[in-house]
Amino acid sequence: MASQQPRRRRLEVEDIGDIAVVNFVDKKILDEQNIQMIGDDLFRLVDELGRRKVLLNFGNVEFMSSAALGKLITLHRKLQAVQGKLVLCKIAKDILDVFKITKLDKILTIATDEQAGLQSFA
Amino acid sequence: MGTELTIPSDLSEARRVQELIESALSAAAYTEHEVFSIKLALEEALVNAIKHGNQMDPDKRVFVVYKVTPDRFDIRITDEGAGFNPADVPDPTDPDNLERPCGRGLLLMRGFMTEVEYHGRGNVVSMAKVREPAPAE
Repeated sequence: MASQQPRRRRLEVEDIGDIAVVNFVDKKILDEQNIQMIGDDLFRLVDELGRRKVLLNFGNVEFMSSAALGKLITLHRKLQAVQGKLVLCKIAKDILDVFKITKLDKILTIATDEQAGLQSFA
Repeated sequence: MGTELTIPSDLSEARRVQELIESALSAAAYTEHEVFSIKLALEEALVNAIKHGNQMDPDKRVFVVYKVTPDRFDIRITDEGAGFNPADVPDPTDPDNLERPCGRGLLLMRGFMTEVEYHGRGNVVSMAKVREPAPAE
């Protein structure tokens, strides 16, 4: 099982100007252990690498449960605390419903695609 | 009433149940959206049963009964935990609770399924997804 390999890379990070564009390697964001590691990698971008603008591209993500939402809120708060910004983009329609039902679409910035996501930092 | 499965308190076993049900739904020509909705509710309910209900105790099991028909999907999930009162779960959409981790699973189950009901001491949940008629061309 891929989720048994703790050091496996879970995120692809590309720098576009001063924006860290993050793609998820996994199509499914599930399992507490996996989500913990994704969270750790995301928090490291802010806490250790000093990134202030983070764009999460969900284009590759087909399935995600409520367990991942807490990490996104923590990342949002961390970035807010250092005057940074978190933007989410390219979320599949069904997964967008996860954000809408939990009303997290009210506190997180969600863009339709990567281009619109990049522009929302301007 | 349908297919019965008994699994240990192990999240990888929950994935196996999801895969079996996903295959049954696809074979019955459920749409991608319907399959996603049911899979998500199932994920939340099974994680609740294994983690919160059985507290990951390997000696406790989760009992699943489900039925797929062309019109609706029904499932009942029973754990061996102490149960809970769903009314005691704080509303996760309340602005004061938005950052708290609890309650979102239950909210998503209710959002994605047609019916969600707890029984007994709260260790049994039944859920149904009633299919919507296909839109007219």
